Amino acid sequence: MKFGRFLTGLGALIVVGVAGAFVYAWKPEIAPIKPPERASFDQTLIEHGAKLAAVGNCTACHTNPGGKSFAGGLTIPTPFGTIYSSNITPDAETGIGTWSEAAFQRAMRDGVGRKGVHLYPAFPYDHFTNVSDDDNRALYAFLMTRQPVTATPPPNELPFPLNVRLVLAGWKMLFFRDGAYQADAGQNEEWNRGAYLVNGLGHCGACHTPRNSLGAEKASLHLAGGEAEGWSAFALDGSSSAPVVWDKDSLYTYLRQGWHPDHGVANGPMGEVTGNLGLLPDSDIRAMATYIASIMGEPSAERRANSDKLLEEIKSGPITSAISNDQSASGGKGAAIYQAACAVCHENGRPQPFGGLDLRLSSTVNAPDAQNAINMVLYGLPAASGRTSAIMPGFADVLTNNQLNDLLGYLRQHFTDQAAWTDVVQRAADTRTGKYHVSVRPSDGIERGPSNIGAEDQ
Amino acid sequence: MKLNVNGSTHEVDADPATPLLYVLRNDLELNAAKFGCGLGQCGACTVMVDGKAIFSCLTPILLLEGREIKTVEGLGTIDSPGPMQQAFIEEQAAQCGYCIPGMMMRAQALLQSKPDASDAEIQVTLEPNLCRCGTHMRILKAVKRARELMKTAAMAPASGERKV
Ligand code: FES
Ligand code: FES
Repeated sequence: MKFGRFLTGLGALIVVGVAGAFVYAWKPEIAPIKPPERASFDQTLIEHGAKLAAVGNCTACHTNPGGKSFAGGLTIPTPFGTIYSSNITPDAETGIGTWSEAAFQRAMRDGVGRKGVHLYPAFPYDHFTNVSDDDNRALYAFLMTRQPVTATPPPNELPFPLNVRLVLAGWKMLFFRDGAYQADAGQNEEWNRGAYLVNGLGHCGACHTPRNSLGAEKASLHLAGGEAEGWSAFALDGSSSAPVVWDKDSLYTYLRQGWHPDHGVANGPMGEVTGNLGLLPDSDIRAMATYIASIMGEPSAERRANSDKLLEEIKSGPITSAISNDQSASGGKGAAIYQAACAVCHENGRPQPFGGLDLRLSSTVNAPDAQNAINMVLYGLPAASGRTSAIMPGFADVLTNNQLNDLLGYLRQHFTDQAAWTDVVQRAADTRTGKYHVSVRPSDGIERGPSNIGAEDQ
Repeated sequence: MKLNVNGSTHEVDADPATPLLYVLRNDLELNAAKFGCGLGQCGACTVMVDGKAIFSCLTPILLLEGREIKTVEGLGTIDSPGPMQQAFIEEQAAQCGYCIPGMMMRAQALLQSKPDASDAEIQVTLEPNLCRCGTHMRILKAVKRARELMKTAAMAPASGERKV
């Protein structure tokens, strides 16, 4: 009865495996505490925490626009269902008021809540696990001294079995490696600082790295371009679609001020990111730029030459002329639309960030897919309230999907060397109906930025 | 090219790339919509196309074949103002008045699709339209009044003879 024995053995293995998984999956509760007094935290630590919270962009997910800061409840659509962000104010009942620092450290390091439940990786602990104990301590000090808000987010809308938190233990076993950042001895201090910020709190890869079918980042395609809130998050590796090659200096300028003359203005969810990075010292931004430039690597000689040539051409002004006679793309319709609706800004020579970008420089028009171009043309770039900002009007109510297709066909043909996009009409339709959900933000996204926090809340 | 403006069809002889604003003002002599910036940044040129508010300064007429264009002239007449116009008169909501036609059209588009728009929605919707005179509070008041007048108008027989 060899086969029988095999079966018994297999059964035993499964029992042990399941039991083991349970032990692995089971995390103890960490005892609740009385919400700490503000005085128990050092003021400089709180201020340091404020900067770190900005790097982590905590507010973006944990604040509903127009709602109370960090009170959660923001709808986060995922391919698996809808998740609502949690309340991370120090409210004892509905927030994290009863969390000890140890509980907070564990949430960041291991993605486990105070009561021992596994957290959904919409909370990017696959990145936050890199954060040092010291930085977590500062973040804790900052969050525990915010205004407590009583607010309970709606329950998540996830199908079975994803609504069973234990499943997350399996996900973690497959995709999650915990542990604080370990410096790479082969690199200098600046590079390591950059890697720590980019891959840790900054969680750049959460948007800029593609994900597998189970929602985990594909480690082999680190920063090779992903998706965020309906926008393509462009590749930050060698496959970048930027017509002018990025380097350390241009990345620094872009991250520091939210725009660069050769690349344009940060838009979509990136506007909020550069807005938040405003609190960081120059040295940290430079470190991030250094690290990302090293991920991008040296461009090929051909790419470098094209880039230099383009910069030279740009100097001699826009390529207007001939446009209205260009009958090629879509019978000249796209050209006429461009000339009447777009050229007034995109060719008026007004410098960035308030003038329209010369579209030869646009990563969006050069991108592998049309999504960002569709988003920009349909919804534009809304003005930020109460301050000067870049702006672009949206054309959703003017252009039909076919007209949009004509326009993008023309842009692609006239301003890039890339092949035509073939799915614009369908994509545009899905974008309009909300089947493909896109969030639209002002260029600096300050509405939810921490620099704004406290004005009304405190 | 044929354009449908305020319910009647006009034959216009203009380059298809001409912005609607120029055609309205220069060819059709409908001067309500104003030129402010020509860049889609001020809203003075706002008119309605198929019920939606758009910047006519950035809309070439080639996009408008077969679509319904509406300007302030289409909302009523001096003798018989429509509810939106009536509300602006009653609230005396104009200083120089340059921004007002754009404000009216954007508000009209909102209230047509959403008769019960909240005060906050009105405010957010009008955001793309600038007023250099600072008449905002009166404009908002007028739009709120228009919201009520439009409801009454919708219930009353369509005589257009509402007396002040
Ligand atoms: S004139 Fe059209 S928006 Fe200013
Ligand atoms: S009333 Fe003068 S611009 Fe608004």
